[in-house]
Amino acid sequence: MPVSNLLLVILGLTAIAYYLGLRRSIRVAGAKGVRSLESLPSYYGLLTAVWCAVPALLVMLVWISAQDAVISNLVLAQLPADYSHMSPAQLTLVLNDIKNIAGQNIENATSSDAIKAAAEHYLSLQRIGLASMSVVVLSLAMLLTALLWKIIHPKLQARQQFEFIIKVFFLLSSLLAILTTVGIVLSVLFESIRFFHLVPISEFLFGLDWSPQIAIRADQQAASGAFGAVPLFVGTLLVSAIAMFVAVPIGLMSAIYLSEYADRKLRSIFKPMLEVLAGIPTVVYGVFAALTVAPFLRQFGESMGLDVASESALAAGLVMGIMIVPFVSSLSDDVINAVPQSLRDGAYSLGATQSETIRQVIIPAALPGIVGGILLAISRAIGETMIVVMAAGLSARLTLNPLEAVTTVTVQIVTLLVGDQEFDSAKTLAAFALGLMLFVVTLALNVIALHVVRRYREQYE
Amino acid sequence: MSSHQTEVLSTAERVNRSLKRRYAAERRFRFYGLASILVALVFLVILLGSIFFTAIPAFQKSYIGLNVTFDAETLGIENIEASNAFLTADYDAVIKAALRQRFPDVSSRSEKRTLYSTISVGGTYQLADMLQAQPELLNTTQFVWLTADDEIDGYFKGKIDISAPESERRIKDNQIAWLESLKANGEVKKGFNWTFLTAGDSREPELAGIRSALTGSFLTLLITLLLSFPLGVAAAIYLEEFAPKNRWTDLIEVNINNLAAVPSIVFGLLGLAVFINFFGLPRSAPIVGGLVLTLMTLPTVIIASRASIQSVPPSIREAALGVGASAMQTVLHHVLPLALPGMLTGTIIGMARALGETAPLLMIGMVAFIVETPQGIFDPSTALPVQIYLWTDSPERAFSELTAAAIIVLLLFLVSMNLLAVLLRRKFERRW
Amino acid sequence: MQKSVSIEQPVMDNMQPAKSIMVQSSKDTDFEFTGTVGNIAAANPRMVTRNVDVFYGEKQAIFDVSLDIGTNEVIAMIGPSGCGKSTFIRCLNRMNDTIESCKVSGEIRLDDKSIYRKKQDVVQLRARVGMVFQKPNPFPKSVYDNVAYGVRIHGLASNKMELEEIVVSSLRRAGLWDEVKDRLDAPGTSLSGGQQQRLCIARTIAVNPEVILMDEPCSALDPIATARIEELIDELRENYTIAIVTHSMQQAARVSQRTAYFHLGYLVEVGETSQVFTNPAHKLTEDYITGRFG
Repeated sequence: MPVSNLLLVILGLTAIAYYLGLRRSIRVAGAKGVRSLESLPSYYGLLTAVWCAVPALLVMLVWISAQDAVISNLVLAQLPADYSHMSPAQLTLVLNDIKNIAGQNIENATSSDAIKAAAEHYLSLQRIGLASMSVVVLSLAMLLTALLWKIIHPKLQARQQFEFIIKVFFLLSSLLAILTTVGIVLSVLFESIRFFHLVPISEFLFGLDWSPQIAIRADQQAASGAFGAVPLFVGTLLVSAIAMFVAVPIGLMSAIYLSEYADRKLRSIFKPMLEVLAGIPTVVYGVFAALTVAPFLRQFGESMGLDVASESALAAGLVMGIMIVPFVSSLSDDVINAVPQSLRDGAYSLGATQSETIRQVIIPAALPGIVGGILLAISRAIGETMIVVMAAGLSARLTLNPLEAVTTVTVQIVTLLVGDQEFDSAKTLAAFALGLMLFVVTLALNVIALHVVRRYREQYE
Repeated sequence: MSSHQTEVLSTAERVNRSLKRRYAAERRFRFYGLASILVALVFLVILLGSIFFTAIPAFQKSYIGLNVTFDAETLGIENIEASNAFLTADYDAVIKAALRQRFPDVSSRSEKRTLYSTISVGGTYQLADMLQAQPELLNTTQFVWLTADDEIDGYFKGKIDISAPESERRIKDNQIAWLESLKANGEVKKGFNWTFLTAGDSREPELAGIRSALTGSFLTLLITLLLSFPLGVAAAIYLEEFAPKNRWTDLIEVNINNLAAVPSIVFGLLGLAVFINFFGLPRSAPIVGGLVLTLMTLPTVIIASRASIQSVPPSIREAALGVGASAMQTVLHHVLPLALPGMLTGTIIGMARALGETAPLLMIGMVAFIVETPQGIFDPSTALPVQIYLWTDSPERAFSELTAAAIIVLLLFLVSMNLLAVLLRRKFERRW
Repeated sequence: MQKSVSIEQPVMDNMQPAKSIMVQSSKDTDFEFTGTVGNIAAANPRMVTRNVDVFYGEKQAIFDVSLDIGTNEVIAMIGPSGCGKSTFIRCLNRMNDTIESCKVSGEIRLDDKSIYRKKQDVVQLRARVGMVFQKPNPFPKSVYDNVAYGVRIHGLASNKMELEEIVVSSLRRAGLWDEVKDRLDAPGTSLSGGQQQRLCIARTIAVNPEVILMDEPCSALDPIATARIEELIDELRENYTIAIVTHSMQQAARVSQRTAYFHLGYLVEVGETSQVFTNPAHKLTEDYITGRFG
């Protein structure tokens, strides 16, 4: 039975289970009426339905995610003896062949009879797997429904039990946030550790030469590619610094103007327009940087007698800065508005002008919050991907010249992982090591920033 | 002397003397503020304007009218009864014949080759479709509008600078003569570029469209919505209504706030390592994209939902608890319905962000060259923003127009989603 | 000047709805304003207000108030909360300008020149008419910088020595010097509530204003701190003109020479403090000071 049909059947069973539970509770209430029940009849129905559906679906999920691995191992084990001394990587290729033939994606004339037989075997195992899953899942659903039918009696606290199950679901949902973080840490950490077996961590952190492309050749040792990430770090910092040079003054001054000077009408025009800037996808900024800003800078540089690379840190940084403006602006707006009116009154009552009040009283008072916001903005600039992928370039040059092409951590992650390659090569693993660096740095920035901002808010509450 | 004078001056007089300088500073400061906003807005206008004006030509494309003779011999059809007779026929030859007939003067090999390149390779599919639909057209001559090649299309749209020296032009003088002759005879027309909306990706700009990318985006977002909304709302309810205040819940809260600020590309790495390599889900599939975007969007949904729950006044809860409702009944019957519009608004905004997200999808391989429209969530597919990224990389000039047009479509979706969120907020906004 | 106005709409003071006052005062419904009782004029007026009306948007908060503030006197403004006394005092140095919807009409003169005239510079006005607020609001700067702030922005000191002199003497006059002389670099917010309020007073007098407005300066303080501020007000009277809003009748009686009683935006009665408290001329004043409402 296909999975989608199985789902429909379970849905039907669940509806039946609800009805059965409901009827059963009314029956066991008997002549005393439903008021003698611990809970409303519908709760008995709901409880039965939940017990019918949830375990069955869970088993199904586990089965589906495990089935492929199990079948693959069985198929590989059945292969003729000359396959048994192949390396895991080669076996993966063989397995792909088998799956392709089984899925009839590719008519590969060159494949051996053994492979074709294995494909047959694979298909039959898959059929058996699906069939047995249907049987197991459906009988589980029915068994549990029957069990509930038996244990329903007037003293069963159906509502409490049902609510408990819902609460557990709520709890599990909230744990997903932790699970995600753990997932991120584990996925980048494991691959990074494997990478650091191939390339010493000191070379990665302090090496000045980055050319992972060499390692792609299979006959070459992975370690012979150069994996010194310093040029990437410098490139990332350079682009981020340019972005912050644009974003911080413009964002902060816009926030000041909007919250302190602009009247309601002006605010109602400008604010949504800044929000539009925030809502534009990064890939659009990337297109703009690559197709409009970079050529313009190049031409402009030429007319000034400067040599501007067609993919320059300046173009990427400028556009990224504009992208971050609304972010800085809205965060600053929040903290500026949190400065109590009494401080403004104090300054005005001494005869301070508005700009004196802002520069000398409000900004110093809001400074921790603004700094927190800027840290968050830096973390965003460092993690921004599409703009730099499209406008910053690939050459890992160790330079601080904004007119040259530089590459960044995120660009390299994308370059290393897009396209087909073996998953175990140092090149691929390097992407995860870069991901680890990115995660650690942005996490640290975020934690500090959120802490600073929270302390600031508490101060004025 | 002067210091003696200053002492005589009253506060008011001294203040007056400082005023000119201070008001100049005031005006400067104010100007910086206004200038900052204007810089940002000018940038916005340039960005949208440049995209809009680049995109306009992409919504039109040129067709060239030819008298095509469906000659069985030229087509190479020997047995009309054969099931694949019309599929395997040589439509290219038919088009070439039609071109030669239209321009009998063209004789040299290189000139002929240039002439043949006038019509897009899509022309053969057009003819194939025609003949399969109406087999009776065999051995007749029909006037057919065929899609022009992208360079030719560019010429008709005035994209080619004919004042440049011939050697630097993609369109040569003899081609211009042919095209002008076609134009003078009314054998050129421009029509709405339906291909852009109905076709998948293609190597040929005049045949490329966003349908497969749009479908991929739709499937991916559908999964994101179906997962992130219930999970986000459930997590928010737990944290707001049931969670005890302890270290665990603090940890969860810190986690949510941090996840909201983790770079999206890191979620892509997670998806690659966990969903593809560990769970063995297929690469490039909307299911993986949806799962990754779910994890990325979840913090947004949770934060918005929590804010929405917080805005429900405690008196509602007290009223429900007061008539003997259980905590769960209070939440499900009273708090949740009142908080739902706010939660939906937050979710839509999260969805809009997910729709524009590109980097994590690159990580999980949704960057493939996809012509076919994906049929299900396990099929290889791409997404609209990724398609934009791919087209930007293509060398043909016409692709940059398509890029801009695809951006317009993407922005239209984003604008409508955000408008929906705004309307929802307006309609259900409640002041307690 | 005789006028008869019946109240139809609720009065706003500092944007608080006035409904609660109507409930507190049983006489609200039949209160008819028939002109201010007592002598509004001062012998040697520093500030003169005539027929002042204040609106917050559509709502009128102050009705036709005329009052003189005499040189080197302390004038107290009392009345139930929401009576407009704070609104009125905020007109005297145009602090109300910071509220967008606020409109002031009538005449307010400082040394015979209208402070609402076009040519009047509001910065200069506020340097001449300082203000101390209900809640102490020291800037998030050091004690020294708090006091020096006004002097610096107005350029009142020509060098560092002079600035230091002004700061020290202001702190002395505010009675705070002995307590903070060892920690002038400490943030102003680290002081106690009473010290903070005296710091704010020191900050105000450092600019050497002619008039000091005080808007319930002791309401956030404990009795001991309050006593210190009251002493200070008494000392400051020698050099400054002071208008103080207070909700405490005892305080008004202790520190002021003249007292003005506000009710629902009207100036009901004004006179020598001793006379107002011992022998009020208006029934409402009597009700208020005897504690019948408010």
